[in-house]
Amino acid sequence: MKRYLKTLVLFWSASISAEMEYRANFILATLSSLASMGGALFALWALLRTEYAMAGWSFDQALIVVGIYTMLDGLQQTLLAPNRQQINEFVRNGTLDFVLIKPVDAQFWLSARKVSVWGVPNTLLGMALIVYVASFRLEPAAALTDYPRLVVPLAAGILIYYALGYLLSTLTIWFTKLSNVTHAMHALLEAGRYPVGAYPPAYRVFFTFVVPVAFMTTVPADALLGRAQPAWVLGGLAIAAVLLVAARLFWLFALRFYTSASS
Amino acid sequence: MPAITTRGLSKTYRVADKKPGLLGTLRHFIKRRHREIEAVKVVDLDIAPGEVVGFLGPNGAGKTTTLKMLTGLVHPTAGEVSVLGHEPFKRRPELLKQITLVMGNKQQMIWDLPPMDSLHVNAAVYGVPDDEAMRRVKVFAEMLGLDEELTQPVRKLSLGQRMKCELVAALLHHPKVLFLDEPTLGLDLNAQTAVRQFLKQYNEEQQASILLTSHYMADITALCERVVVIHEGAILYDGSLDGVIERFAPLREVKLDLGGHADDAVLRRFGEVEVNDGRSARLLVQRQTLTETVGRVLAELDVEDLTVTDPPIEDVIARLFASGDGKAEQGTTDAHG
Repeated sequence: MKRYLKTLVLFWSASISAEMEYRANFILATLSSLASMGGALFALWALLRTEYAMAGWSFDQALIVVGIYTMLDGLQQTLLAPNRQQINEFVRNGTLDFVLIKPVDAQFWLSARKVSVWGVPNTLLGMALIVYVASFRLEPAAALTDYPRLVVPLAAGILIYYALGYLLSTLTIWFTKLSNVTHAMHALLEAGRYPVGAYPPAYRVFFTFVVPVAFMTTVPADALLGRAQPAWVLGGLAIAAVLLVAARLFWLFALRFYTSASS
Repeated sequence: MPAITTRGLSKTYRVADKKPGLLGTLRHFIKRRHREIEAVKVVDLDIAPGEVVGFLGPNGAGKTTTLKMLTGLVHPTAGEVSVLGHEPFKRRPELLKQITLVMGNKQQMIWDLPPMDSLHVNAAVYGVPDDEAMRRVKVFAEMLGLDEELTQPVRKLSLGQRMKCELVAALLHHPKVLFLDEPTLGLDLNAQTAVRQFLKQYNEEQQASILLTSHYMADITALCERVVVIHEGAILYDGSLDGVIERFAPLREVKLDLGGHADDAVLRRFGEVEVNDGRSARLLVQRQTLTETVGRVLAELDVEDLTVTDPPIEDVIARLFASGDGKAEQGTTDAHG
């Protein structure tokens, strides 16, 4: 365990150092990150002006979902997307060999090797939006003691998202090039930008039971609003557990078919 | 107990069968066709601890596939394989901590950072304490003549410097079995020599087994006393390096520096003329008649200098594989013997 922790620290510091190796790129990426945050703020402002309300959700309640979406998007840009992309490269170049021959769990390596600071602004923006809406706009305002209710459903949401991403990435073992995994995963998360209740019923079923988008954003928002039923929170955890086990088994199964690129 | 044992090891791949051109690609996209390729048919090997074995064969002979089965990267289709008492494809950490893999055409170090960063990561992954890791790095760096290269970004290093650093990264955990796939690929002569010496020294100090593939025969001759020749997925020869030359190279090369001009026609009386530029010549002479031929050459020609060498083993191996199997060459030997 200690070995894994130390490895993780080195992974992340190496990952950030590598990013900072190119100064011009670092500055440009900082600017672009700020610009996209500006864009997101503008979209929010546009929403705020119209005060559009969806079925079962007041405008402010829906904003909580948007805040959670923005935060999750930031977190996945920081922790998940860079690694998903790397699995692709590893399989295509055959450098997965070097990972597989190391005495650490390959899934750990492939899931934790990289971290990107470019998701941090979105994460902070999402958090700020949640706090601003929940504590200052909602009637009644959320108390400090309400926030811990977010932890479990949010954790379940992140794990679900991770497991789905890893399941898709594992397919690269057979198909070699699947760089669209990242786009597919992003599109999936984007479906969670608004409360699932805002979609037509057929979509609602799809986003809840087929691809569990509801558990990523809507359920955490309900939890913060104090109206989530325990069954939904527990259900989210159960789905996360099932998907994590599925991702693990599928990965181990896929490795049997790995043939390694070039010679 | 041998370090490596395999019995009846084989691997069959399913590969896409695709016609060239856009039309072929379209057809392939819609309806995939596959055929089976027997990359390794049957390989029986025993490698003792501390033994250095050269693994020879033309491209596609099954060398790399065998290496990948031994390192646990590829599941064997059939047969038994044991490395240090483990089945490699189970990829148990106890085994992985004792083996390593170096591939001349791939690299594991982080491209944008100095090798030192990658070395720290490897030390953590293998559970080597920091001070011990740094001590080992220092020893290896001295053996390989590395210094500030360790603190420059990998992308700024030359190929030779990079491969030396790759070796440090691959051996930091003091593995007992080394799998080296073309470790000197593309390196200049100095770097090749340095890598060879380093591997020899590591082998002697750690009593590590090495299985090495290389297209540079100098690697094989410098490091391996035993070679295994693999062709079309099966072992063609397993024995001493000298044995390969004896068995597959019935000819020796005689280099002559001549005092005066000698015509090809004259030289042809002694053997096959490889080169003749008037002042110096190279002849290929049957091993069995060598002593007699050299005597005749010295008696009949104006010779200033004469050296006898084995033809480059590259040529021997190339001939061997060009003939499809070793038998044709052997037949020649027999006919003249």
